[in-house]
Amino acid sequence: MSDQKSKTAETEKVFLLGNEALVRGALEAGVNYASAYPGTPSSEIIERLSRVAKERHLHVEWSSNEKVACEGAAAAAVAGLNSLSAMKNAGLAVALDFLTHASLTGLGDQGGSLVVVVCDDPDAHSSGDETDSRWQARFAYAPMLEPTSVNEAREMIRYCFDLSCEYGCYVFLRSYTRLSHGSSIVELGPLPEATVGQAHPDCNAAVNPYLGKAHHQLALDRLDKIKEVFEASKFNQHFGPEDAELLVIASGNGLSCGQEALDMLGLQNEVGVLKLATLWPFPVELVRKHAKTAKKILILEEVDPVVEVLVKDALNGTDAAQVEVLGKESGHVPMGGEITPDRALEALSKITGKTCQGPSEAYQAKLKEVTEDILISRGLTWCPGCPHRGSFWALDKAIKAEGGEVFVTGDIGCYTLDVFPEGKCQMNMLHAMGSSIGLSAGLGQMHKFGWDKPVISICGDSTFFHAVLPGLVSAIYNQSNLIHVVLDNDATAMTGFQAHAGVGYNAVGDDAPRIDVVKLCEALGVPVTVADPFDLRGTTKALRELMAQKEGVRILVLRRTCELVRMKAQKTKPHKVVVNQDKCKGEECGTCYSKFRCPALLKDTETGKASIREDACPGCGVCASVCPFKAIEIQEVAK
Amino acid sequence: MRLATDPYNLIVCGVGGQGNILIARLIGRILANDGYYLAIGETFGAAQRGGSVFSSLRISKTRTYGPLIPKGGANLIVSLEPLETLRMLTNFGNEKVVSISNTQTTMPVGVLAGRNEYPSEEKLRGAIQDLSQRALFVPATDIAVELGAPIVSNIVLLGAVLGAQLLPISEEEVKEDMRSTFPASKLELNYQALQRGIDTVA
Repeated sequence: MSDQKSKTAETEKVFLLGNEALVRGALEAGVNYASAYPGTPSSEIIERLSRVAKERHLHVEWSSNEKVACEGAAAAAVAGLNSLSAMKNAGLAVALDFLTHASLTGLGDQGGSLVVVVCDDPDAHSSGDETDSRWQARFAYAPMLEPTSVNEAREMIRYCFDLSCEYGCYVFLRSYTRLSHGSSIVELGPLPEATVGQAHPDCNAAVNPYLGKAHHQLALDRLDKIKEVFEASKFNQHFGPEDAELLVIASGNGLSCGQEALDMLGLQNEVGVLKLATLWPFPVELVRKHAKTAKKILILEEVDPVVEVLVKDALNGTDAAQVEVLGKESGHVPMGGEITPDRALEALSKITGKTCQGPSEAYQAKLKEVTEDILISRGLTWCPGCPHRGSFWALDKAIKAEGGEVFVTGDIGCYTLDVFPEGKCQMNMLHAMGSSIGLSAGLGQMHKFGWDKPVISICGDSTFFHAVLPGLVSAIYNQSNLIHVVLDNDATAMTGFQAHAGVGYNAVGDDAPRIDVVKLCEALGVPVTVADPFDLRGTTKALRELMAQKEGVRILVLRRTCELVRMKAQKTKPHKVVVNQDKCKGEECGTCYSKFRCPALLKDTETGKASIREDACPGCGVCASVCPFKAIEIQEVAK
Repeated sequence: MRLATDPYNLIVCGVGGQGNILIARLIGRILANDGYYLAIGETFGAAQRGGSVFSSLRISKTRTYGPLIPKGGANLIVSLEPLETLRMLTNFGNEKVVSISNTQTTMPVGVLAGRNEYPSEEKLRGAIQDLSQRALFVPATDIAVELGAPIVSNIVLLGAVLGAQLLPISEEEVKEDMRSTFPASKLELNYQALQRGIDTVA
């Protein structure tokens, strides 16, 4: 937390990001080992831990993927250490194969602990989906808690370590965008002395689930015990009148939104609020107790109706079975997306008939009138200087030369922006981490079924190590016909430039073995071509030559460092780029701004001619090779 | 200086990469130091640069609010890009809102592609003025470019917020925070940027 050196750092309260509060809590709990693969909104957890790794004697790593990260952390726990793994919702799906086993066996008897933080992204602000991880706690027989505020996050993760240690199982802490990326004031607890944790794995231990049934029962028995603890947990709290006819049950972000909406409607003294933080095993008796006098219950939660279903289940067959449980299934709250104060307000207004005043009708009418034609959207695109703009430009040219009959599969990273309206829209199919190669491997067999057009899959370097390797091996082994393109930009750029196995340094900034994508692919025995994506002609030519070969797996590595990484390291502009106004044909051409679309290009509203926005241009100069009239000129800048 | 309302809802917005999150957190740290309850929510899309990005600050003397501002609930909008001011006014504007905008525009890529037209300066300013009780426009990027560092546009704009006395924070508090969070070699430039921003309004 070195960037949080505010005056309050000397006192007991500091202003922290949610993910930093989780880090603080983990440090207070004496975490020794932390591992993760980056994913928004979870990435700051490992980043911040890495900054204090040396002074706190921690092992902190960016692992190849979430499953590997969880396995390493679980092993540390089996060796008696306190460990943490963190991931986004999609990452949990990768780790689950291991985690479903790990909860059957527990973590051995050496007194270690493992907390698995999973950061969901309701509304999919930075994700392909808003999958609700809470279902997975039940699926994996693992306890799960969810904080309602940044301040609570610190205390709760600390508790999760204790719980994990006491019951010998890993514990899920569910975060969400508004917590991980919210900031607030956090009351700190004491930090233990920074000591080196002592690993002591039991070399006679048998930590495996192969006495399946018995382990299943052990896991269920453990959850029964934890349920009793959760029934009395201090993290579950009731606010407002005990005998209210309307009860709001809120978890996570639902609590602050619900409380604010009640305030706005003046209902804070009439409606009871049950804050539910222990999600699984579900505190059935607690819910029954508070539901006794209620006629209606409104559930506020993100994303799916998880608590809603569990509350209905809890009340079924009791005296409270007649209580109306309202929420997503009743249509009071939308099924998808995050909870906002407005959504809570709307649901409460619908139930109580009370309303509160927003902006006046006159204001809203004016708003409609003055914004109607001019409020244009701000589409997403690659940064000025991004190598991907060159890669996709060349790909576009190569595909057009093939008459457009090419099937392209994509992957997860900054290059995903290709599928957005302002991208090149070349990728036909795009799913999970590593799916590019799995999909292309299948399409690469379609020649057996009468379709033999070129198939191209595209992934980044970090994604290559995460999940592409197994697919690539399978494609080579099964002799699929495909071209696999690796966009090697020396970073896990989309999530904030974290290190990975190909960059030559590790999470804590020390030198590390650099695993070379080209050498690795060559070792797999397939042809590998390397090109610079800013050599637009060369890259197009390479793609066309590879497409002409038709058979087997062919690999193209497009190497150029992410511009933001380069700029940070070198702090220089390699060129000064200018548009020769005499040569520029303006709208008659428009190739640079309307097709290449680098945000550092400007179009003069009157003449239609291009110019360069000095403050945005990184000086890469690639636009010069896009201009058909050689109007964009680049001048070397003296070093 | 007291808050006009409680909670006081501040939005700091711009385009990804302009440094609006940095000034939102800086303001947040200072107010937290001054004993305010505070929450900040950050909303950004799936890219490092170029998208609409905003932070919402909930400032209160009584309790910690959630990070999200209700619709129509902003008291002050501080914006590094005028189209983004308008976007925030659409969601969070009301009769009493004050806005302070950088004049430098950043073209959405849809404009470059010829799909959309960026509104004329006159129309955009007019709309922002129509929807704000008070609308200030500051040439923050122009000033930052004069200082030789377009990156400090955000600090110039922060200076203007101080100059207009729109928040209960002082120049000295901002400088003190900078001293503990910015690299020493960048302090002089940022002090200058701050002062130039203050001067635009004073």
